[in-house]
Amino acid sequence: MTSKVALRVTVNGSKYEREVPSRQLLADFLREDLGLTGTQLGCEQGVCGSCTVMLDGDSVRSCLLLAAQVDGAEIVTVEGLAQEDGALHPIQRAFWEHHGLQCGFCTPGMMITALDLIAKLPLAEGSPELDQKIREGIAGNLCRCTGYQNIVAAVRAAAAKMSGQAEAEAGSTDSRESAP
Amino acid sequence: MKPPAFDYLRANSVDEVIDLLREHGPDAKLLAGGQSLVPMLNFRLLRPSVVIDINRVPDLDRISLTGHEASVADSTAGALHLGTLVRHHTLESSLEVRRCNPLLAAAAAEIGHLAIRNRGTIGGSLAHNDPVGELPLIAVLLDANLHLRNPAGERSVPASQFFVSLLETDIGDEELLTGATFPEVRSDTGWGFEELSRRTGDFAIVAAAATLELDGGIVRQARIAIAGVGDVAQRFEQAEELLQGGALTREQLAAVRDSIEQSCTPTSDVHASADYRRHAAGVLTCRALEAAWSRTETGAPS
Repeated sequence: MTSKVALRVTVNGSKYEREVPSRQLLADFLREDLGLTGTQLGCEQGVCGSCTVMLDGDSVRSCLLLAAQVDGAEIVTVEGLAQEDGALHPIQRAFWEHHGLQCGFCTPGMMITALDLIAKLPLAEGSPELDQKIREGIAGNLCRCTGYQNIVAAVRAAAAKMSGQAEAEAGSTDSRESAP
Repeated sequence: MKPPAFDYLRANSVDEVIDLLREHGPDAKLLAGGQSLVPMLNFRLLRPSVVIDINRVPDLDRISLTGHEASVADSTAGALHLGTLVRHHTLESSLEVRRCNPLLAAAAAEIGHLAIRNRGTIGGSLAHNDPVGELPLIAVLLDANLHLRNPAGERSVPASQFFVSLLETDIGDEELLTGATFPEVRSDTGWGFEELSRRTGDFAIVAAAATLELDGGIVRQARIAIAGVGDVAQRFEQAEELLQGGALTREQLAAVRDSIEQSCTPTSDVHASADYRRHAAGVLTCRALEAAWSRTETGAPS
C-alpha cells in the first residue's frame, strides 16, 4: 500500500518537503500542514471558488487537486500576494480601497481569480465589455455579502493599475521595441 | 467531504498506464484534470482502491493538424488531433484550434470557469460523458474519432458509437483514452453554438450546436446536435435533411424547430421540466443555425 506520498513543493517562495496521505486534498495540505489558512474551503466540490490558488501560473481549485499531484510545482496562495515588508499587492489594495469585501471568506479566492483574469483576459480600460468580462470571470467565486458591485469595481481598478505598471516597466526597459 | 482512502500511483508513460490498468482493472480510476473525478471522490460516489495520475505522461498534451485547408489544395477536410491531456483553456486559446476548428474553441470557452478550464482536460470530459458536456456534444456533432490504447494495442471509435449512455462510454476497464481527432471546420462551413444555463459557468440545461456546409450559397450538408434532451448528446438527422439543398429561410427554421420538438424526448428534473427542455432545444437550435448561416457571410436568413 502506498498510502503516503513524498512531496516537494514551493509555496509562496518557500520550499517544503513533506509526506502526505494519498487522499489529502491540496487545500487541506495548505491549511493544516503548512498553516496557510488564508485559503478557504467552502463547498469541496469546485463550485464556490473560495479555495482558488495559483499553480504554476494558473488559477486552480485546491479542493479538486490532491496534494500528491503538486510535487515539484510552485503554488501561490493569498499569503503570497503582499510583499515581504507588508506592502499590499495592487489587487489587495484595490479590494481595500473599493470595499470589495465584507466578511472576507470569499476574498482570498476572489483575489487569486482576479490575478489570473488580469493576466489572461484582455481587460483594457474603457472597453465596453470590461465589466461584463469581469462579472463572467468572477462568476465561479461565490460571495454572499457584498452584492459583487464593489468586487467588480476593485478588479477593474486593479486591472487598470496593473496594466499601467506593466506598460511603465515595458517602457523603462525599452522592451516595447523588441516585442514581436 | 473528503475522498475515501486509496493508493495514489503516478504513471510516466502510456505503457505504464496500461500496465497499471491491467494490474488493477475496475478498482482503478484514471486521474487527469480531476474536475469531475475529484468531486465524485469528495462526495464518495466513487471508491476506487487505486488512483492513477496520468498528468505526467509525456506527449499526451499535444495539438497537431493534418491537411489543414491552407496547406492542401484539394477539398478533403483536414483534421485536428488532440492529446487526451489538452486542457480546456488551451483549447479555447490555441491559435491552431481557433483557425482549424473555431467551433471547438468556442465550445471549450463555455466549460465551467477559468480555474476549471485551467485544469480540466479534453480526455477527462469525453471519458466522463456528462449528458450536457460541451465536448461530447461537439464530438457527436462532427463525428470525431476517439483513440484508445489497451493491452492488445490501439483502436479508434467514432463518436456515434463511443458515447453509450449516461456517464458511460465504450472505454474498457483496461483502456486509456489517448486522444481525439476532430475534423476541420473549413471556411466554407458556418457554425453555431448555443448554451442555456442559469449563470455563466454553470452546467448547461440545454446546449445546441450546428454546422452548415455551403456550396455556392446552397447548403450541401447541415449538422445539428443537442445535449440536455437525453442521456447523451444526439444528432437530429431528420431536421438536418430539411435544410439540405437550399438557402436558409425562416420557413426552414420553423420546420426544423417543429421537427426537433417532436422527435426529442427529454425528461423532467430539478433543473428544468421536459417541456422547457423541449422548447429550449428548438429555440437554441434555430439560434445556432442562424449564427452558422451568418458566419458563412451570406447574410441573414431570408
